[in-house]
Amino acid sequence: MKILTKWLRAYLPGLADDDAQLAEDLTLRGIAVEGIYPLGEPNGSIDNGSVYEMDITTNRVDAMNHYGIAREAAAIYGLKLPELRYALPDARPAGKPFPVRIEAEDECGRFTARVLRDVTIGESRDWFAGAEVATYFALLEQKMILNAVDATNFAWLAMGQPTHAFDLDKIEGGIVVRRARKGERLKTLDGVERVLDADDLVVADHKKALGLAGVMGGWDTMITPETKNVLVEAAWFDPVAVRQTARRHGLHTDASHRFERGADFNAAPVASALVSAILLANGGWIEGELVDARIAAAEDRTARRKPVQLKLSEVWRILGATENEEGITAATVEAVLTALGCGLASSQRPTTGEVSWSVTLPSWRLDLEREIDLIEEVARVYGYNRFANTLPAFGEGVRALPWAEKEAAVRGTLLAAGFHEAIGSSFCSADEGALTAPQPAQVVPLGNPLSEEAGVLRPSLVPGMLAMIAGNLNRDVNDVRLFELGTVFGGTTDKGMADKVEERPALAFGAVGSLPEESALHASRAFEFHDVKGVVEQVLARFEMRAMYFDRFPAEAGIMPEWLHPYRAARAVADGVTVGWFGQLHPREAAARKIDTRRHGDAVLIGELYLDRLYKLPLRRPVAREISRYQPVRRDFSLVLDESVEWETIDRAIAELRIPELVEWRVREVFRDARLGKGEYALLLGATFQAQDRTLREEELQGFQTRVVEAVGKAGARLRV
Amino acid sequence: MTNEAIPNLTAFDDTALDKAFAALEAQARESAAGLDSEADVEAFRLEWLGRKQGRLNEVSGRWLKAAPPEAKKALGVRFNALKEVVEGLLDAALAGGPGDAALKAEAIDITLPGTRRLTGAEHPITRTMNEIVGVFAALGYSVGVGPEVETDYYNFESMNFPPGHPARDTQDTLVVAGQDRKPLRDRLLLRTHTSPVQMRTMEQQPPPVRIVIPGKVHRNDAADATHSPIFHQVEGLCVDANITFSDLKGTLDHAMKALFGSAVKTRFFPSFFPFTEPSADVQISCIFCGGKGCRKCKQSGWIELLGCGMVDPAVFAFAAEKQPAYDAKQISGFAFGMGVERIAMMKYGISEIGSFFAGDMRFLSQFV
Repeated sequence: MKILTKWLRAYLPGLADDDAQLAEDLTLRGIAVEGIYPLGEPNGSIDNGSVYEMDITTNRVDAMNHYGIAREAAAIYGLKLPELRYALPDARPAGKPFPVRIEAEDECGRFTARVLRDVTIGESRDWFAGAEVATYFALLEQKMILNAVDATNFAWLAMGQPTHAFDLDKIEGGIVVRRARKGERLKTLDGVERVLDADDLVVADHKKALGLAGVMGGWDTMITPETKNVLVEAAWFDPVAVRQTARRHGLHTDASHRFERGADFNAAPVASALVSAILLANGGWIEGELVDARIAAAEDRTARRKPVQLKLSEVWRILGATENEEGITAATVEAVLTALGCGLASSQRPTTGEVSWSVTLPSWRLDLEREIDLIEEVARVYGYNRFANTLPAFGEGVRALPWAEKEAAVRGTLLAAGFHEAIGSSFCSADEGALTAPQPAQVVPLGNPLSEEAGVLRPSLVPGMLAMIAGNLNRDVNDVRLFELGTVFGGTTDKGMADKVEERPALAFGAVGSLPEESALHASRAFEFHDVKGVVEQVLARFEMRAMYFDRFPAEAGIMPEWLHPYRAARAVADGVTVGWFGQLHPREAAARKIDTRRHGDAVLIGELYLDRLYKLPLRRPVAREISRYQPVRRDFSLVLDESVEWETIDRAIAELRIPELVEWRVREVFRDARLGKGEYALLLGATFQAQDRTLREEELQGFQTRVVEAVGKAGARLRV
Repeated sequence: MTNEAIPNLTAFDDTALDKAFAALEAQARESAAGLDSEADVEAFRLEWLGRKQGRLNEVSGRWLKAAPPEAKKALGVRFNALKEVVEGLLDAALAGGPGDAALKAEAIDITLPGTRRLTGAEHPITRTMNEIVGVFAALGYSVGVGPEVETDYYNFESMNFPPGHPARDTQDTLVVAGQDRKPLRDRLLLRTHTSPVQMRTMEQQPPPVRIVIPGKVHRNDAADATHSPIFHQVEGLCVDANITFSDLKGTLDHAMKALFGSAVKTRFFPSFFPFTEPSADVQISCIFCGGKGCRKCKQSGWIELLGCGMVDPAVFAFAAEKQPAYDAKQISGFAFGMGVERIAMMKYGISEIGSFFAGDMRFLSQFV
């Protein structure tokens, strides 16, 4: 919205501060001036002041006009703001008052109508000093159209009151404000033929709807250059009624904007006089007195609201200390509120000396309703920055989130493994949702999605991770290591309605390309399945659990997630609970996402862990064990196995020996070579023996070794000779 | 460095012995001084202490044998002294390690870049959010969170956005499908701000409350350089007896100084949020130009950073339905909320909000 300082100064001749200072003072009081554009000649021969570009919060609809801002300035500087009054020539008597009836009493609180006869519709003339239509419009770059239109525009810019001028001769009978009849037709000023709804509020005559009340006038009663007689409407419509009508018809007009946010009940006669005065400057006369239909209930809700009680002690309790030691005084409260149009009757309790006021509220400030609203006004006009900076006393102990430490452990492990943290979209397409959801039936669709690709709430972090991996590869970034800690969603439905949406924390990670090492001397190696398995193991190792294992299922079991390569993926299980899946991306899914594995040569490794399940386990608390003083002995076993025998079988066979002195064993190397039999592979097993209380003797070691060889032999391995 | 052969000794008086042994010692010392590599040391050991051809062995063989019986003792004493000297020289040579030439042969190019085991980077949003939360934790604020899918009641109604209120239009909302037949207050939507967690917290806990709430929020906004349908906020709430507007000012002034440096100034001006009254927007003096005016602050010297205000009594009334202690006549409080992306963009000089959500390795690796 644009405001002319020249126009403001016409209301406040005593205003001494320059435009820049005024802008700053208004801004610091919540009437924000976003830009100042000086007008007039650069040499200063003509000073037209400035145009302010305003940004006013929706609650302050009263200040979205020149007079409203002049009122704010008057309050800030303690100036007297003259009341708006427009003198009109005496009316010639009418036979009978123009008929106006408000049927929709809840929706229309006031309707004023003034009949002007023998007017000349044409160019507007400047009509009195200080309200020069043409001058102001020119400075605002507001187009002059016809005097009837200019008059209503002028009233709007001056005081923010919507008005309307009808061609009186097109009105049949009189005015009725009512609900529309279902299916009733109305062509509005924008030329659109509209079918009305029974909830629409219309201004009608005795035959037909003339306009959408408070939103837009009708085509048929529009003022034209041929118009001789005019009916000037200035009214007050209920915010909710106007909002509903405007929304239903997809309209947002100046008028609807104001009425939706609450217009000034008392402004109608003033605005009517202003519009009439401008029109009459081109000739014509007034027939009869102003017809003013009012609904008492609406007036009680607006212009005649009950006074609000305001205590000085409450002002202090809410606002606290000011930089000036005196603080907010009774005089300050009175000066501020009076300047804003409130009426104050003060009283002082004889016993406590407590000062309080009974405050009557201005009709144009429907946002003021309660004591706190008045306190805000006091703080606002006094100036927020004149309050002191104090700190409240400490309350109680600080609590972190119960899972904060666990989340930090997971994040820390991934970061240490060289993965960057990413944040992906919260949404995915329905197809992606169906592919990756642990329970596809529980995917939650959005009612008004941003796009089809973002049609559902993500049931898994995998779609987002895949999109990010593909994005990197498309940008020729070939080494990708990402993880995301985020929320996934699953819904339950009740009678077809999404009933509850469950949110669970999850971790996804993805890797393609080189391991996170940057070396000038060593060739890099690509990520493979066991690298991400190692990451999963390290994450799980942060939690206290009795047992962790990894397994997989035959493709036909339908248990493996479809986005994973069925033979290069695994399920992670902690204490018997599935905590996630990971492995190589299914080549079909890679192709579908145009992840060109031939170009990049490497597999895409990806996985997801269900953190809600993992977070049920406590974090592992490190416990120190006595380190043996006796020498450990390492023995290596070179084994040959059939391809069908997996490490887990060998591992379990050794574990089942339960030799306390066998403190550690692991695979040192796996290899395949031509000297082995067909379908065989070799494995170097390293075992470490150590006792807590003695040096192991050769015979003992010999015994252990024999048992290990026997056990792995039963499991399917033979010693390589 | 071959030493001359051991001469035959003809005189065995003290003077002759001293002279002969002094010559040998001098030779030994000279040889030892030039030892440069492990091989040299080994050669020295063999030359002097070798069991068969060692010079000392030769001395003991030839001189001792030739000595008359009365001179044998004097010769023996001197021999042992020489042996100790040689052994000492050998020990010293061994302890000294290889000499410079040997080490030089092992020279490497130390100007080649170091091998790096790359670590990951925390996301700049996580990092900024933790930083903000940390500042308030130090002021006695606990951490709270709430669901990203909310009901209309928590997101709007209990935050004093009545049904049909124009303020709802300012927050374009993404809604869950299939909610039309539910009562308005139960309809599910993606929270448009973290403020609903204020209500959830108050319902759980009577005053005093000091809580800071980091979280993800969503709006049905078209994406551009500074808008994203996904973004993050940190919300704060402080409720107690005697919490005032000046406490709000002091708290946020402190927090901004903690986040942006002690030279930063704050200024407050009136704003409107349905759930606070009085409401304020907070600006900080431009962290780029110090307030003189630059392109970043559009020459104003100030940057708008967060919204705040005193908790509206209407919000307390909703909380009091479950926790009667939220009596607006007895307690008061303030709330504030800030956009994490905006702060992170400022702190790290990021120009596109979309960079946060693209997972681009090149972008993320800058934050290691």
